[in-house]
Amino acid sequence: MLRYLTQKLITLALLLFLVSITVFSVLFVLPGDPAQIILGVNATPESLATLRADLGLDKSFMGQYGDWVAHLLTGQSQPSIHYKMPVSELILSRLTVTGPMALLAMLFAVAISLPFGIYAARNQNRPGDVTVMFFTQLGLATPEFWFGILLILLFSVQLGWFSAGGFPGWRVDFWGSLRALLLPAFALGVIRASILTRLTRSSMLEVLGEDYVRTARAKGLTERTVVYVHALRNALIPVLTIMGLQLGQLLAGAIIIENVYFLPGLGRLVFSAIGQRDLPVVRDIVLFMAAAVMLVNFVVDLAYAFVDPRIKLK
Amino acid sequence: MSASLLAIEDLSVSFHTPEGVARAVDGVSFGLDRGDSVGIVGESGCGKSVTSLSILRLIPSPPGVIESGRIRFEDRNLLELDPEDMRKIRGRDISMIFQEPMTSLNPVLPIGRQVAEPLMIHKGLTTAQALAEAAQWLDRVKIPAVRKRLGDYPHQLSGGMRQRVMIAMAMVCGPTLLIADEPTTALDVTIQAQILSLMVGLKEESGMALLLITHNLGVVAQMASRVVVMYAGQVVEEAAVADLFERPFHPYTHGLLRSMPRLGGRGGGRTERLREIPGIVPAITETLPGCRFAERCPHVFDLCRQNPPGLFAIREGQRARCFLKDYPERRRNDA
Ligand SMILES: Nc1ncnc2c1ncn2[C@@H]1O[C@H](COP(=O)(O)OP(=O)(O)O)[C@@H](O)[C@H]1O
Ligand SMILES: [Mg+2]
Repeated sequence: MLRYLTQKLITLALLLFLVSITVFSVLFVLPGDPAQIILGVNATPESLATLRADLGLDKSFMGQYGDWVAHLLTGQSQPSIHYKMPVSELILSRLTVTGPMALLAMLFAVAISLPFGIYAARNQNRPGDVTVMFFTQLGLATPEFWFGILLILLFSVQLGWFSAGGFPGWRVDFWGSLRALLLPAFALGVIRASILTRLTRSSMLEVLGEDYVRTARAKGLTERTVVYVHALRNALIPVLTIMGLQLGQLLAGAIIIENVYFLPGLGRLVFSAIGQRDLPVVRDIVLFMAAAVMLVNFVVDLAYAFVDPRIKLK
Repeated sequence: MSASLLAIEDLSVSFHTPEGVARAVDGVSFGLDRGDSVGIVGESGCGKSVTSLSILRLIPSPPGVIESGRIRFEDRNLLELDPEDMRKIRGRDISMIFQEPMTSLNPVLPIGRQVAEPLMIHKGLTTAQALAEAAQWLDRVKIPAVRKRLGDYPHQLSGGMRQRVMIAMAMVCGPTLLIADEPTTALDVTIQAQILSLMVGLKEESGMALLLITHNLGVVAQMASRVVVMYAGQVVEEAAVADLFERPFHPYTHGLLRSMPRLGGRGGGRTERLREIPGIVPAITETLPGCRFAERCPHVFDLCRQNPPGLFAIREGQRARCFLKDYPERRRNDA
């Protein structure tokens, strides 16, 4: 277990190093001068030069990269050009929106996909299965933002149960904040549930045809035990992988949904930072996203080992 | 009142596949007395597994359909029971062991728990009681160091050990009938002998009846008192073991006996050359007007291709599906 952890940590460090080089190079060659954007088109060449020197933009590639890494290693990230505060604080505050929303979305996705996937598998090719499959197909074809808007129209405009967007902040209004995340999380969750339902169904179908399921029936277990104890645990193994990928992706922020619901999340932060050429923000967020995906994969590994005794953490 | 425990009458099972309707079992009848042991033999694909799975109503459906017949167990027709009553019979009165020990145990559940489950569901034991009893059974089937192994998972055991676990699982509730579908086919020869002697011992202690499916006539000779020979979904011969080996009637049974490898023949310890039955089994999606074995039969004559033979009584306790019963002069002695 200890060896497994060290191995994971080394991989994480290596990966972050590679990601940092890549991100930095891409941003370095990106057209658009941050100083020009900050000062506007009428800025004098002198003031531009001063600002560039202030921001360290006049240094060589290696010099700028070194600055960045030095900041990261000492634990104090560079300040954002636009927000004038350390990027780490910025990310943390946005994460309090994106994190709960991602978890809530996955909760919806799992709560929808497992029952429907199992139901469809147990009723293969019967009307119930065909109906479920139809809706998953619809879900796969539906753009997230459109579904999000639809939910606003129904629940906010028509029924008035939710506000149409915005986020009060956890400290200001905890329940209000939770409410503000429900609709966007639901929109994200339903779309992801489409894939998960199909996956659960096909995985369950395969497992229900296995010899050990026949054995379970042959000993007289109830159909419930056969399906939910003997089959489900085996069927979940491939589903877990995709759930992990989805969670990692959601933690990286959902740009479009955050825009539809005016949520101050990571997605919107990185989106506007790119527009403003706020390079410190963009770099750190990309690095953070890579770390988040690695972390989720690690959790998925642990979950695997928990569900499947054949897997040893090495 | 007869001692008959199980009577299968005119059982037909079909599989409705895209390639057509396959009649895997076609009018099979045979019976089993209490404490008796009957073997079913026949080439692979002749319907042995489908017949045995029908008894527990475990035919995958779709595509499988039990078209007709009765399966009387004690005084009930299993095919008419509602699902809940059928479930209560499975694992308690009738248990089953399967061919593939590698895939027949659940890979994500500990073996102790898998053996204990029937006790919890049928006898209402608590988990602790059931596990204690499961441990005793695992000990009886000679799993070494049982206490330490209750929490083991199937992948930590060898094929032979897994089959022992399967046997323990089948035996825990003291069934009156054990169905073993090729229990040793997937195992090494040395392990096969151990598993068979284990089963003989358990059968003698418990007095249960045994329905043993195999394509190995040697196993049947060792374990069964009666034999049912199947070919292409039908029973072609049924007899007491001694009669079958000494006075086989059906040409197919002759062929099976001759294809058995025998040690210590006239060649002085050399294995006699294995004689195969020429030809292949007809596809079960075809419907043939005559005898299904006709194309491979050395004694075939015109009648065989025109009419399907019925099961004729050959002598007390022996039946065979062959027109040679009425036309003994057609049997060619050179074949
Ligand atoms: N699930 C299934 N779907 C379609 N056909 C099947 C299925 N199971 C068995 N069969 C057919 O039934 C026939 C008998 O199979 P089986 O009873 O397994 O033979 P065996 O005597 O080797 O045990 C075979 O021809 C097989 O093709
Ligand atoms: Mg078989």
